Amino acid sequence: MSETVITREEIKEFIKSLQGSYEVFAPVREGGYHRFKQLTGDEAADLDFSNTRLSPKSLLFPQSERMFEFTLDETNEDSHILKETPKEYPPAVVFGIRPCDAKALRLVNVNFDNPEFTDPWWAKRLDSMTFIGLGCNDPCSTCFCTSVGCGPFHEEGLDILLFDLGERYLAKALTDKGEQLLGQGGFQEDADVDTRKRAGELKKEAEHKISSHVPTDKLKDKDLLNLFDAPFWDEVAFACINCGTCTFLCPTCWCFDIQDEVSKNQGDRIRNWDSCMFPLFTLHASGHNPRSEKVQRARQRFMHKLKYYVDKYGNGVACVGCGRCVNYCPVNIDIREVFKLMNEW
Amino acid sequence: MSDNPYLPYRARIEEIITETDDYNLKSFKLAFLNQEDEQQFHYTPGQFCEISIAGKGEIPIGIASSPTEKGFLLFTVNKTGVVTRYLHNMKEGDMVGVRGPLGNWFPWEAMEGKNVVVIGGGFAFTTLRSSIVFMLHPDNRSKFKDITVVYGARSPGLLLYKEELWEWEKRDDVNVHITVDATEDPEWQYNVGFVPTITEKKITTSENSYALVCGPPIMIKFTQPVLEKVGFSPEQIIMSLEMRMKCGIGICGRCNIGDKYVCKDGPVFSLAQLNELPNEY
Ligand SMILES: Cc1cc2nc3c(=O)[nH]c(=O)nc-3n(C[C@H](O)[C@H](O)[C@H](O)COP(=O)(O)OP(=O)(O)OC[C@H]3O[C@@H](n4cnc5c(N)ncnc54)[C@H](O)[C@@H]3O)c2cc1C
Ligand code: SF4
Ligand code: SF4
Ligand code: FES
Repeated sequence: MSETVITREEIKEFIKSLQGSYEVFAPVREGGYHRFKQLTGDEAADLDFSNTRLSPKSLLFPQSERMFEFTLDETNEDSHILKETPKEYPPAVVFGIRPCDAKALRLVNVNFDNPEFTDPWWAKRLDSMTFIGLGCNDPCSTCFCTSVGCGPFHEEGLDILLFDLGERYLAKALTDKGEQLLGQGGFQEDADVDTRKRAGELKKEAEHKISSHVPTDKLKDKDLLNLFDAPFWDEVAFACINCGTCTFLCPTCWCFDIQDEVSKNQGDRIRNWDSCMFPLFTLHASGHNPRSEKVQRARQRFMHKLKYYVDKYGNGVACVGCGRCVNYCPVNIDIREVFKLMNEW
Repeated sequence: MSDNPYLPYRARIEEIITETDDYNLKSFKLAFLNQEDEQQFHYTPGQFCEISIAGKGEIPIGIASSPTEKGFLLFTVNKTGVVTRYLHNMKEGDMVGVRGPLGNWFPWEAMEGKNVVVIGGGFAFTTLRSSIVFMLHPDNRSKFKDITVVYGARSPGLLLYKEELWEWEKRDDVNVHITVDATEDPEWQYNVGFVPTITEKKITTSENSYALVCGPPIMIKFTQPVLEKVGFSPEQIIMSLEMRMKCGIGICGRCNIGDKYVCKDGPVFSLAQLNELPNEY
């Protein structure tokens, strides 16, 4: 796989040129925050960011997505019959995705594409995308990726990884897809030994800058029921207002609801992000609710990420340490504390 | 299933049967619109489907027919919320969607050569009906030893599948104990008493047996100790669970109990399996 040196100017041109044959998604600044957006016209990516506030999961799994459409018009012979909403999956490039968010897509993929069932929308989008990651030179104080099998220059789920070396980038192709895309740039300069060395140092420096660490080593062997019944859940959940911010921002939260919406005689079956933090999530028609208390819902979120997922897939925890939930929880509930409580219990 | 596991098969309501005298339970006989769909739809008693009504949504409903009954699928639906209410107002000839079969099934392989005790309460008798019809079929009856059924409802009018119950009651290859909590009907010739009480009277051994138990939580709570008293181990007690569901295929994340999805890893669990899961259902 190639490792190429690209100047700042070249990369701008490259991204621009890709817009001819790909949909290009990249971080742009909007208000006080960055978010992933499709670049159109002269709009340029803004790579001066730590991470986007919303995770890029919505590029593959939109917050609201039409699944099927139907007509209720009885005079139509197809009345009441669900038809897949027509969709296109043009080749797309996700530029500037952080390594944690790229890994998160792999963690979520085991749910959407499993041995028995494949979610067609997720799988087709994933397949259509090429991911150009941007390593983190300056991780923030709430990042703890290195504790959870990830890191500021982690390569999993990426096709190309960029190292920001100041005036130049080192672009490392990681897959055939990435190699092919880089090839389209016609970049001339192979990275020499010094540049590669510098990239290696950059990575080490970034890893050292991570100041948050959480323990995970004992989670796998813990007894599930013992953790479930642990006394600390009341305290963990005490301040939670069940706002759902954490689950909406989290790159590894994937729960959704399915609803039919009808206007006049036309209808759509739609799926919407949902959250285990909401009491309606588990409410039965009978009125019975297995998770009627907020402590049960908060416990569900943490147990899912740090125990159920671990046991089910043998794939580590369902958290990449991006710190979004830590940063945006209105009452400062901190998953890093919960890691400690669970791992040490 | 098609390439898209969320896309329902097309089906028509062939027949609607009002089951109970409070009109809250109706059975729907559905027929597939396309032959090919019917041919690739292979199910086993204990499984369920998502019934889809365009504009209203989808609901998980146990399959009440047995795979030995050809040409239709039977579902018995309690009127309770948006979709079930709408379904109750539909008429023969109307179109619905069916997605499935979904979930696992009762442990039929393990039950071969065993006595099978079927204990049901109220309207949670649907997949148990499927199971009884399946076991009593001439092709299958010899695979099982004694079959005993305890089925109860609050009153005679609330029993499901009454005609069949009276017929099974007359057969000598199945022991049927029908019961009601109370009745003022002087003609009532079956048991009076709660399901756990009747179970205690009629089920006296656990030897070489499996018990399939479906019913309201209160019934299950009081039946369990009765079974344990005659020696049923947690491995021999099989139950079917309900959780609120959407996708039915283990993807939407809604119906978990611990690390299991009830829609995919269940709905059938042995008590031994449930004992290892959080009590959050
Ligand atoms: C495996 C399984 C088998 C079932 N078998 C039967 C059966 O044979 N007969 C029967 O009458 N009922 C059965 N139920 C319960 C039935 O699914 C609910 O009563 C039904 O979903 C209520 O839908 P609603 O739209 O009328 O209610 P609403 O309260 O309006 O519910 C809205 C939506 O929430 C979901 N939902 C609500 N309650 C439940 C619930 N208890 N279980 C699952 N999803 C729910 C559904 O998607 C429903 O459309 C079964 C449930 C499960 C999980
Ligand atoms: S749980 Fe929090 S830190 Fe972990 S991936 Fe989700 S948002 Fe990021
Ligand atoms: S963001 Fe904080 S307050 Fe809101 S649901 Fe999550 S843990 Fe609770
Ligand atoms: S209903 Fe979606 S995971 Fe079970």
